Amino acid sequence: MIAHSVFFYVFSLIAIISAVMVTVSKNTVHSVFFLILDFISISCLFIMIGAEFLGMIMLIVYVGAVAVLFLFVVMMLNVAEQKGQWFSSRWDGGTHIPIGLLVSLIIFFEIIIVIGGWKYKADLLNSLSINISTEVTNTRSIGNVLYTDYILLFQISGMILLVAMIGAIVLTYRERAGVKRQSYVKQISREREEGVDLVEAERNKGVKIDA
Amino acid sequence: MLSIGLGHYLTLAAIIFTIGIVGIFLNRKNVIVILMSIELILLAVNVNLVAFSIFINDLSGQIFTLFILTVAAAEAAIGLAIIVVYFRNSDTIRVEEIKNLKG
Repeated sequence: MIAHSVFFYVFSLIAIISAVMVTVSKNTVHSVFFLILDFISISCLFIMIGAEFLGMIMLIVYVGAVAVLFLFVVMMLNVAEQKGQWFSSRWDGGTHIPIGLLVSLIIFFEIIIVIGGWKYKADLLNSLSINISTEVTNTRSIGNVLYTDYILLFQISGMILLVAMIGAIVLTYRERAGVKRQSYVKQISREREEGVDLVEAERNKGVKIDA
Repeated sequence: MLSIGLGHYLTLAAIIFTIGIVGIFLNRKNVIVILMSIELILLAVNVNLVAFSIFINDLSGQIFTLFILTVAAAEAAIGLAIIVVYFRNSDTIRVEEIKNLKG
Protein backbone atom coordinates (compact mmCIF):
# COMPACT_ATOMS: atom_id res chain seq x y z
CA MET A 1 0.00 0.00 0.00
CA ILE A 2 2.84 2.36 0.87
CA ALA A 3 4.64 1.50 -2.36
CA HIS A 4 1.41 2.24 -4.24
CA SER A 5 1.16 5.68 -2.64
CA VAL A 6 4.82 6.48 -3.25
CA PHE A 7 4.57 5.52 -6.90
CA PHE A 8 1.34 7.50 -7.27
CA TYR A 9 3.01 10.63 -5.93
CA VAL A 10 6.13 10.13 -8.05
CA PHE A 11 4.21 9.60 -11.28
CA SER A 12 1.75 12.41 -10.67
CA LEU A 13 4.58 14.79 -9.75
CA ILE A 14 6.35 13.93 -13.01
CA ALA A 15 3.07 14.35 -14.89
CA ILE A 16 2.36 17.78 -13.39
CA ILE A 17 5.89 19.08 -13.88
CA SER A 18 6.01 17.92 -17.46
CA ALA A 19 2.57 19.42 -18.13
CA VAL A 20 3.89 22.76 -16.86
CA MET A 21 6.94 22.38 -19.04
CA VAL A 22 4.76 21.70 -22.11
CA THR A 23 3.17 25.08 -21.52
CA VAL A 24 6.21 27.18 -20.63
CA SER A 25 8.92 25.66 -22.80
CA LYS A 26 10.52 28.18 -25.09
CA ASN A 27 11.36 25.57 -27.67
CA THR A 28 8.43 23.80 -29.29
CA VAL A 29 10.40 20.58 -29.77
CA HIS A 30 11.03 20.48 -26.02
CA SER A 31 7.29 20.93 -25.49
CA VAL A 32 6.62 17.82 -27.56
CA PHE A 33 9.18 15.85 -25.57
CA PHE A 34 7.56 16.88 -22.29
CA LEU A 35 4.16 15.96 -23.74
CA ILE A 36 5.51 12.46 -24.40
CA LEU A 37 6.81 12.27 -20.82
CA ASP A 38 3.39 13.35 -19.56
CA PHE A 39 1.60 10.65 -21.55
CA ILE A 40 4.01 8.00 -20.34
CA SER A 41 3.63 8.87 -16.66
CA ILE A 42 -0.16 9.01 -16.93
CA SER A 43 -0.21 5.63 -18.62
CA CYS A 44 1.97 4.30 -15.80
CA LEU A 45 -0.73 5.56 -13.42
CA PHE A 46 -3.39 3.78 -15.48
CA ILE A 47 -1.47 0.52 -15.36
CA MET A 48 -0.95 0.93 -11.63
CA ILE A 49 -4.61 1.57 -10.89
CA GLY A 50 -5.69 -1.54 -12.80
CA ALA A 51 -6.60 -0.35 -16.29
CA GLU A 52 -3.74 -2.07 -18.09
CA PHE A 53 -5.31 -2.14 -21.52
CA LEU A 54 -5.92 1.60 -21.53
CA GLY A 55 -2.41 2.27 -20.29
CA MET A 56 -0.89 0.27 -23.10
CA ILE A 57 -3.24 1.79 -25.69
CA MET A 58 -2.28 5.20 -24.36
CA LEU A 59 1.39 4.38 -24.94
CA ILE A 60 0.74 3.08 -28.45
CA VAL A 61 -1.70 5.73 -29.64
CA TYR A 62 -0.41 8.85 -27.93
CA VAL A 63 3.33 8.27 -27.70
CA GLY A 64 3.58 6.18 -30.83
CA ALA A 65 1.28 8.11 -33.12
CA VAL A 66 0.08 11.48 -31.88
CA ALA A 67 3.30 12.74 -30.31
CA VAL A 68 5.34 11.59 -33.28
CA LEU A 69 2.86 13.41 -35.53
CA PHE A 70 3.36 16.57 -33.46
CA LEU A 71 7.13 16.17 -33.64
CA PHE A 72 6.96 15.67 -37.38
CA VAL A 73 4.90 18.81 -37.93
CA VAL A 74 7.08 20.89 -35.59
CA MET A 75 10.17 19.85 -37.46
CA MET A 76 8.54 20.27 -40.87
CA LEU A 77 7.35 23.81 -40.19
CA ASN A 78 10.10 26.27 -39.51
CA VAL A 79 9.32 27.51 -36.02
CA ALA A 80 12.94 27.92 -34.99
CA GLU A 81 12.80 31.70 -35.12
CA GLN A 82 10.28 31.75 -32.28
CA LYS A 83 12.66 30.08 -29.88
CA GLY A 84 13.44 33.12 -27.76
CA GLN A 85 9.88 34.28 -27.33
CA TRP A 86 7.89 33.41 -24.31
CA PHE A 87 4.40 34.54 -23.37
CA SER A 88 5.07 38.21 -24.04
CA SER A 89 2.99 39.70 -26.78
CA ARG A 90 4.16 42.22 -29.31
CA TRP A 91 1.11 44.45 -29.12
CA ASP A 92 -0.57 44.42 -25.76
CA GLY A 93 2.71 44.16 -23.84
CA GLY A 94 1.70 41.08 -21.87
CA THR A 95 -1.45 42.35 -20.16
CA HIS A 96 -3.15 39.07 -20.95
CA ILE A 97 -0.87 37.17 -18.57
CA PRO A 98 -2.33 38.20 -15.17
CA ILE A 99 -5.90 38.01 -16.49
CA GLY A 100 -5.33 34.56 -17.94
CA LEU A 101 -3.70 33.35 -14.73
CA LEU A 102 -6.56 34.75 -12.65
CA VAL A 103 -9.24 33.08 -14.77
CA SER A 104 -7.39 29.75 -14.74
CA LEU A 105 -6.94 29.94 -10.98
CA ILE A 106 -10.67 30.54 -10.56
CA ILE A 107 -11.43 27.57 -12.81
CA PHE A 108 -9.05 25.40 -10.77
CA PHE A 109 -10.63 26.34 -7.46
CA GLU A 110 -14.10 25.78 -8.86
CA ILE A 111 -13.13 22.25 -9.90
CA ILE A 112 -11.51 21.62 -6.50
CA ILE A 113 -14.64 22.83 -4.70
CA VAL A 114 -16.79 20.52 -6.82
CA ILE A 115 -14.49 17.56 -6.10
CA GLY A 116 -14.37 18.31 -2.38
CA GLY A 117 -18.11 18.69 -1.95
CA TRP A 118 -19.07 15.74 -4.11
CA LYS A 119 -20.87 12.76 -2.63
CA TYR A 120 -21.90 9.42 -4.05
CA LYS A 121 -25.55 8.86 -4.59
CA ALA A 122 -26.50 6.30 -1.98
CA ASP A 123 -27.68 3.60 -4.37
CA LEU A 124 -24.99 4.23 -6.99
CA LEU A 125 -23.03 1.10 -6.29
CA ASN A 126 -26.15 -1.06 -6.60
CA SER A 127 -27.44 0.45 -9.84
CA LEU A 128 -24.51 -0.61 -11.97
CA SER A 129 -24.81 -1.99 -15.42
CA ILE A 130 -21.32 -3.37 -16.09
CA ASN A 131 -19.29 -4.64 -13.19
CA ILE A 132 -15.56 -5.07 -13.41
CA SER A 133 -14.96 -8.77 -13.05
CA THR A 134 -11.92 -9.92 -11.14
CA GLU A 135 -11.82 -13.30 -12.81
CA VAL A 136 -10.98 -12.29 -16.37
CA THR A 137 -8.28 -9.89 -17.49
CA ASN A 138 -8.92 -6.23 -18.10
CA THR A 139 -8.46 -6.56 -21.87
CA ARG A 140 -10.87 -9.46 -22.07
CA SER A 141 -13.59 -7.73 -20.08
CA ILE A 142 -13.26 -4.58 -22.20
CA GLY A 143 -13.52 -6.72 -25.33
CA ASN A 144 -16.59 -8.49 -23.98
CA VAL A 145 -18.36 -5.17 -23.53
CA LEU A 146 -16.96 -3.26 -26.48
CA TYR A 147 -18.03 -5.73 -29.14
CA THR A 148 -21.50 -6.34 -27.72
CA ASP A 149 -23.04 -3.42 -25.87
CA TYR A 150 -21.02 -0.67 -27.49
CA ILE A 151 -20.64 -2.08 -31.01
CA LEU A 152 -22.47 0.87 -32.61
CA LEU A 153 -20.29 3.44 -30.87
CA PHE A 154 -17.23 1.40 -31.75
CA GLN A 155 -18.09 1.42 -35.45
CA ILE A 156 -18.93 5.12 -35.35
CA SER A 157 -15.52 5.85 -33.82
CA GLY A 158 -13.99 3.89 -36.68
CA MET A 159 -15.92 6.12 -39.09
CA ILE A 160 -14.58 9.19 -37.27
CA LEU A 161 -11.04 7.95 -37.77
CA LEU A 162 -11.73 7.30 -41.45
CA VAL A 163 -13.17 10.78 -41.94
CA ALA A 164 -10.20 12.30 -40.11
CA MET A 165 -7.77 10.43 -42.31
CA ILE A 166 -9.53 11.44 -45.53
CA GLY A 167 -9.86 15.02 -44.27
CA ALA A 168 -6.17 15.30 -43.45
CA ILE A 169 -5.22 13.96 -46.86
CA VAL A 170 -7.64 16.28 -48.68
CA LEU A 171 -6.46 19.30 -46.69
CA THR A 172 -2.77 18.81 -47.27
CA TYR A 173 -2.99 17.53 -50.84
CA ARG A 174 -1.36 19.81 -53.37
CA GLU A 175 -1.47 19.47 -57.15
CA ARG A 176 2.00 19.83 -58.60
CA ALA A 177 2.71 20.92 -62.17
CA GLY A 178 5.02 18.84 -64.31
CA VAL A 179 4.51 15.56 -62.53
CA LYS A 180 3.65 12.61 -64.75
CA ARG A 181 0.58 10.79 -63.46
CA GLN A 182 -1.21 7.61 -64.31
CA SER A 183 -4.66 7.95 -65.86
CA TYR A 184 -6.79 4.92 -65.18
CA VAL A 185 -9.54 6.11 -67.50
CA LYS A 186 -7.18 6.37 -70.44
CA GLN A 187 -5.66 3.00 -69.68
CA ILE A 188 -8.97 1.20 -69.36
CA SER A 189 -10.69 2.82 -72.33
CA ARG A 190 -7.95 1.89 -74.78
CA GLU A 191 -9.35 0.03 -77.80
CA ARG A 192 -7.83 -2.71 -79.88
CA GLU A 193 -7.86 -0.63 -83.03
CA GLU A 194 -5.57 2.10 -81.66
CA GLY A 195 -3.34 -0.24 -79.70
CA VAL A 196 -2.59 -2.97 -82.23
CA ASP A 197 -1.49 -2.46 -85.80
CA LEU A 198 -1.23 -5.32 -88.25
CA VAL A 199 1.58 -4.78 -90.76
CA GLU A 200 2.61 -6.89 -93.71
CA ALA A 201 6.33 -7.42 -93.28
CA GLU A 202 8.43 -8.09 -96.34
CA ARG A 203 11.14 -10.66 -96.17
CA ASN A 204 14.64 -9.36 -95.34
CA LYS A 205 13.46 -5.76 -95.05
CA GLY A 206 11.78 -5.41 -91.67
CA VAL A 207 9.15 -2.92 -90.68
CA LYS A 208 9.50 0.79 -90.10
CA ILE A 209 7.51 1.86 -87.05
CA ASP A 210 5.82 5.27 -86.78
CA ALA A 211 5.87 5.67 -90.48
CA MET B 1 -2.67 10.74 3.13
CA LEU B 2 -1.02 7.40 2.51
CA SER B 3 -3.91 5.51 1.00
CA ILE B 4 -4.66 6.76 -2.47
CA GLY B 5 -8.33 7.33 -3.08
CA LEU B 6 -10.55 8.76 -5.75
CA GLY B 7 -9.91 12.30 -4.59
CA HIS B 8 -6.20 12.06 -5.32
CA TYR B 9 -6.81 11.09 -8.93
CA LEU B 10 -9.48 13.75 -9.37
CA THR B 11 -7.13 16.39 -7.96
CA LEU B 12 -4.35 15.30 -10.29
CA ALA B 13 -6.78 15.50 -13.22
CA ALA B 14 -7.93 18.96 -12.10
CA ILE B 15 -4.34 20.21 -11.94
CA ILE B 16 -3.48 18.89 -15.41
CA PHE B 17 -6.76 20.27 -16.80
CA THR B 18 -5.97 23.72 -15.40
CA ILE B 19 -2.43 23.62 -16.78
CA GLY B 20 -3.93 22.88 -20.20
CA ILE B 21 -6.27 25.84 -19.89
CA VAL B 22 -3.38 28.09 -18.79
CA GLY B 23 -1.50 26.93 -21.88
CA ILE B 24 -4.37 27.98 -24.13
CA PHE B 25 -4.85 31.33 -22.37
CA LEU B 26 -1.28 32.51 -22.10
CA ASN B 27 0.24 31.17 -25.26
CA ARG B 28 1.27 33.73 -27.84
CA LYS B 29 3.93 31.60 -29.46
CA ASN B 30 2.47 29.20 -31.95
CA VAL B 31 -0.66 27.20 -32.57
CA ILE B 32 0.99 23.82 -32.12
CA VAL B 33 1.41 24.49 -28.39
CA ILE B 34 -2.33 25.24 -28.20
CA LEU B 35 -3.06 21.86 -29.80
CA MET B 36 -0.78 20.22 -27.24
CA SER B 37 -2.67 21.98 -24.45
CA ILE B 38 -5.91 20.54 -25.83
CA GLU B 39 -4.29 17.11 -25.70
CA LEU B 40 -3.43 17.77 -22.05
CA ILE B 41 -7.05 18.64 -21.30
CA LEU B 42 -8.28 15.44 -22.95
CA LEU B 43 -5.69 13.51 -20.95
CA ALA B 44 -7.05 14.98 -17.71
CA VAL B 45 -10.56 13.95 -18.71
CA ASN B 46 -9.27 10.44 -19.38
CA VAL B 47 -7.71 10.32 -15.91
CA ASN B 48 -11.07 11.31 -14.43
CA LEU B 49 -12.97 8.65 -16.34
CA VAL B 50 -10.54 5.85 -15.53
CA ALA B 51 -10.41 6.79 -11.84
CA PHE B 52 -14.20 6.79 -11.59
CA SER B 53 -14.38 3.54 -13.52
CA ILE B 54 -12.02 1.79 -11.12
CA PHE B 55 -13.40 3.23 -7.90
CA ILE B 56 -17.08 2.76 -8.76
CA ASN B 57 -16.29 -0.65 -10.24
CA ASP B 58 -18.01 0.05 -13.56
CA LEU B 59 -16.35 -0.72 -16.87
CA SER B 60 -18.18 1.95 -18.91
CA GLY B 61 -15.66 4.62 -17.97
CA GLN B 62 -12.81 2.73 -19.59
CA ILE B 63 -14.88 2.20 -22.75
CA PHE B 64 -15.55 5.91 -22.99
CA THR B 65 -11.86 6.64 -22.41
CA LEU B 66 -11.20 4.52 -25.47
CA PHE B 67 -13.63 6.66 -27.50
CA ILE B 68 -12.07 9.88 -26.20
CA LEU B 69 -8.69 8.51 -27.28
CA THR B 70 -10.09 7.97 -30.78
CA VAL B 71 -11.51 11.46 -31.00
CA ALA B 72 -8.29 12.98 -29.66
CA ALA B 73 -6.23 11.21 -32.31
CA ALA B 74 -8.58 12.33 -35.08
CA GLU B 75 -8.59 15.89 -33.75
CA ALA B 76 -4.80 16.02 -33.60
CA ALA B 77 -4.50 14.77 -37.17
CA ILE B 78 -7.02 17.28 -38.54
CA GLY B 79 -5.63 20.16 -36.48
CA LEU B 80 -2.08 19.53 -37.61
CA ALA B 81 -3.25 19.28 -41.24
CA ILE B 82 -4.96 22.66 -40.89
CA ILE B 83 -1.80 24.13 -39.36
CA VAL B 84 0.32 22.78 -42.21
CA VAL B 85 -2.04 24.28 -44.79
CA TYR B 86 -2.11 27.62 -42.97
CA PHE B 87 1.68 27.71 -42.73
CA ARG B 88 1.92 26.97 -46.45
CA ASN B 89 -0.41 29.86 -47.26
CA SER B 90 0.82 32.57 -44.91
CA ASP B 91 4.32 31.49 -43.74
CA THR B 92 3.56 31.91 -40.05
CA ILE B 93 1.75 30.14 -37.25
CA ARG B 94 2.35 32.78 -34.60
CA VAL B 95 -0.88 33.19 -32.65
CA GLU B 96 -0.92 36.99 -32.75
CA GLU B 97 -0.44 37.10 -36.51
CA ILE B 98 -3.34 34.80 -37.21
CA LYS B 99 -6.04 37.44 -37.33
CA ASN B 100 -7.81 36.90 -40.61
CA LEU B 101 -11.15 36.56 -38.86
CA LYS B 102 -10.66 39.94 -37.07
CA GLY B 103 -11.72 38.38 -33.79
